[in-house]
Amino acid sequence: MSVGINISHALKKYGNTTVIPDLSLKINNGEFFTLLGPSGCGKTTLLRMIAGFNSIEGGDFMFNETRINDMDPGKRNIGMVFQNYAIFPNMTVRKNVAFGLKNRGINKEKIKEETDKFLKIVHVDQYADRMPERLSGGQQQRVALARALVIKPDVLLMDEPLSNLDAKLRIEMRTVIKNIQRDVGITTVYVTHDQEEAMAVSDRVAVMKDGVIHHCGKPKNIYQRPADLFVATFIGKSNLLSAKLASKNGKNIVTFKNGYSVEFPNIKEDADTEDVVVSARPEELIIHKSAGEEKEGIWATVTDSVFLGLNTHYFARLETGEEVEIVQESDVDEIISRGSRILLTLNEKKANVFEKKGSVSIMQGVQSDVIPPMETFTEEV
Amino acid sequence: MHKTKKADGWSGISILLMVIFLIFLVWPLGNLLKESVYLDGKFSLDAFQEFFGKSYYYGSIFNSLKVGIAVMAVSLLLGIPFAYFYSFYQLKGRKVLFVMCLLGTMSAPFLGAYAWILLMGNSGLVTTMLKSIGIRGITIYGFGGIVFVQALKLFPLVVIYMNGAFRDIDNSLLEAAESMGCKGVKRYFRVIMSLTMPTILAAALLVFMRSFADFGTPVLIGRGYSTFPVLIYNQYLGENGADYHFAAAISVIAVVVTAIIFLIQKFATNKFKFTINSLHPIEPKKAKGIGGILMHIYCYGVVALALLPQLYIINMSFRNYNNSILQPGYSFVNYEKAVEKNLFRAIGNTLIVSIVALAIIIVIAVLLSYLVVRRSNAFNNAIDVISMMPYIMPGGVIGISLIITFSKRPFVLTGSLLIMIIALSIRRMPFTSRSATAAMMKIPTSIEEAAISLGASKAKSFIKITVPMMSSGIISGAILSWVSIITEMSSGVILYNNRTITLTIGTYSAITGGIYGVAAVFATITTIFTIICLVLYLKVTKSEDIQV
Repeated sequence: MSVGINISHALKKYGNTTVIPDLSLKINNGEFFTLLGPSGCGKTTLLRMIAGFNSIEGGDFMFNETRINDMDPGKRNIGMVFQNYAIFPNMTVRKNVAFGLKNRGINKEKIKEETDKFLKIVHVDQYADRMPERLSGGQQQRVALARALVIKPDVLLMDEPLSNLDAKLRIEMRTVIKNIQRDVGITTVYVTHDQEEAMAVSDRVAVMKDGVIHHCGKPKNIYQRPADLFVATFIGKSNLLSAKLASKNGKNIVTFKNGYSVEFPNIKEDADTEDVVVSARPEELIIHKSAGEEKEGIWATVTDSVFLGLNTHYFARLETGEEVEIVQESDVDEIISRGSRILLTLNEKKANVFEKKGSVSIMQGVQSDVIPPMETFTEEV
Repeated sequence: MHKTKKADGWSGISILLMVIFLIFLVWPLGNLLKESVYLDGKFSLDAFQEFFGKSYYYGSIFNSLKVGIAVMAVSLLLGIPFAYFYSFYQLKGRKVLFVMCLLGTMSAPFLGAYAWILLMGNSGLVTTMLKSIGIRGITIYGFGGIVFVQALKLFPLVVIYMNGAFRDIDNSLLEAAESMGCKGVKRYFRVIMSLTMPTILAAALLVFMRSFADFGTPVLIGRGYSTFPVLIYNQYLGENGADYHFAAAISVIAVVVTAIIFLIQKFATNKFKFTINSLHPIEPKKAKGIGGILMHIYCYGVVALALLPQLYIINMSFRNYNNSILQPGYSFVNYEKAVEKNLFRAIGNTLIVSIVALAIIIVIAVLLSYLVVRRSNAFNNAIDVISMMPYIMPGGVIGISLIITFSKRPFVLTGSLLIMIIALSIRRMPFTSRSATAAMMKIPTSIEEAAISLGASKAKSFIKITVPMMSSGIISGAILSWVSIITEMSSGVILYNNRTITLTIGTYSAITGGIYGVAAVFATITTIFTIICLVLYLKVTKSEDIQV
């Protein structure tokens, strides 16, 4: 039976170093939940606290109504998939999958039945009697998944399960994982540093840095309305531009350093900050090639271009001195040559505005289940 | 709420191991130290004064150092070219060469000396032949003989070590050197030598330590050239009964000397330490032309010379002897005599002692490696350091310290098989525990976590998952330990009596008793056991990496 996980005020310390200061999180029953963040952000630490392999220095970890802080890992009824698969090399595929059932003292016929069923689900039934060393990475991963699921765990925990696979297999396996998770309907906590992978598989994602969740929500909302500048730059590419915010006749006008000003229709009403940072994704900057046209915008000089088939990426220096990256769908015309002057305008419906101080989003429509921490964003803006 | 690592069964095991090592290693060594500085209940350094006052005594340190350094140099000179040819060229019968190499070095320590006495002693086969054509004065006795015999026995260690190091060299490093105009002999000294420096040092130390601690060879062919282990033994079995006090003092000095050498080597190895990321191992080239022929002659020649003594002894075991006088013709008369001289008891004792000691060693080494790798803390690391101490101790020192401790109450163990088992377990522990620790480190923690998350208890995941995963690494090392336990002599010779005689000690006492035919039989049986172990070893291991 799958459970919901409720973590409140989790604290993790190694000696005197605090890795996770105070983290609260609710994972719903049956949900595919991903912890995403750069290495060292504490995501694996948190996962291992849920699994029971890391001690918990403070707070409460609940599976439904049961507090599991001091429960042995073996008693928590979790299924875990490890980064290196951790397949027992001294046992056949079948014995690997049956291992957990044997520990539960289930009778032989039932073990065989269940083992066969899950070997089929992950499509490794034809290798059941092989030793693991004769399986490819992807096949080993499938065995690890079957082994974790066959015990009917309350929670499935996965620690960067795809990072040892090559790019193509990674994409294939993430679909496999997603589909099996949906069919089995089990609460899953998934750790990764790959944002695209997180987007592809998750119902919800928590973006972590330094042991703190910055944004916890649906992938689409995290991409389109990031809660703060860290999330905006970690998820996908964002160009950060300094600007001033002013309110005129109830309209929010953002003015860039060169004087170009744009009306933002969806800035929060109670925003009362003057210094802001505009985060524009490469596809949210629009190039106007036909220069000379007396249109308002920011002038820029193209410094480089990269043709990637579907899209063409341009790198440009703005007249404000800032560097940006712009993505355009490739067209049949010539690629804009280096040194060309172009005029850029902003897609104000998609772009985001953040307080310069505190770096928190002032947009309407940010849907985060945690309150992002107030902090000064360290990256040059 | 605040929770540190929970105490579990492992805490009990670490305390148990500590107690075992305290009783059987630390306490005896403490007694040894005490014995060396207490005379008739009073503190006294007179034993040390006497040692450093007489050149007969302190001279033996220099003798041992001289032998050790000379053997080290000769072994490196023999072994490095051998390993180079072996690793860089496709020699014919590689496998055979390797096995013969192993066999040479795994034989009982004094067999070589004994065989060379038969060949080049005063009335040896070669000596007589040379005499008949008018060449005199060539003898196996003395400094030269010791170095010759030990180097032939120990150079295979250099080959084994260097072969491993050469295989770790990335071929692109050599190609890079060649592209910069560094070729042939110059490349060998500038690039290959410096890449393998850590291994050369390690092999040199190993050879030195083995030579320094060797008792069998100098006692048989030293003839007045007194080395340290022989001095310890002679003082222990002095003419006026056992002089524990003086023997203990010499033992302490021996440990200090070996410890200093060990530290020097550690320091030197750390200076040269680096890691090579070998993606493209060296492809052995075809050995062609005159050079190829010479390489084959060299390798097979050296190996033949190293194995000659063993073959000759097997031959001698079938020769007719009348006591120590050689008679013409072949028969089983020596074997019949050997049976009278407790051959079966010796075989039985050897098997019991070696198997029990090996079982103890493996169990402790496995547990210890887990504690050191997975539960690293000051207490467990202390056990590890203590267990490593015998690595730098000559076998005789361990023998004497055990006798001093266990010949009086509360533990009277002298004269029992048990004390032999203890001595051998302690002595071989460091070697097996090193290979167990290395095997343990290769096992990712997540494997055990996987087992635990699937509901296995800690004990079950250790026994069902961890130990089987380590086994391939341990078994091969254990078989080699088995060989060295079977052929062990230096600690046994101090501890044995008629009831606890083993094969090697049987050989030794037959030699010293002058019944050469019987000695040859004991030696032959020992060799057969060694060969069986080696065959076993080659069956279980596919790699040429050998922990010696």
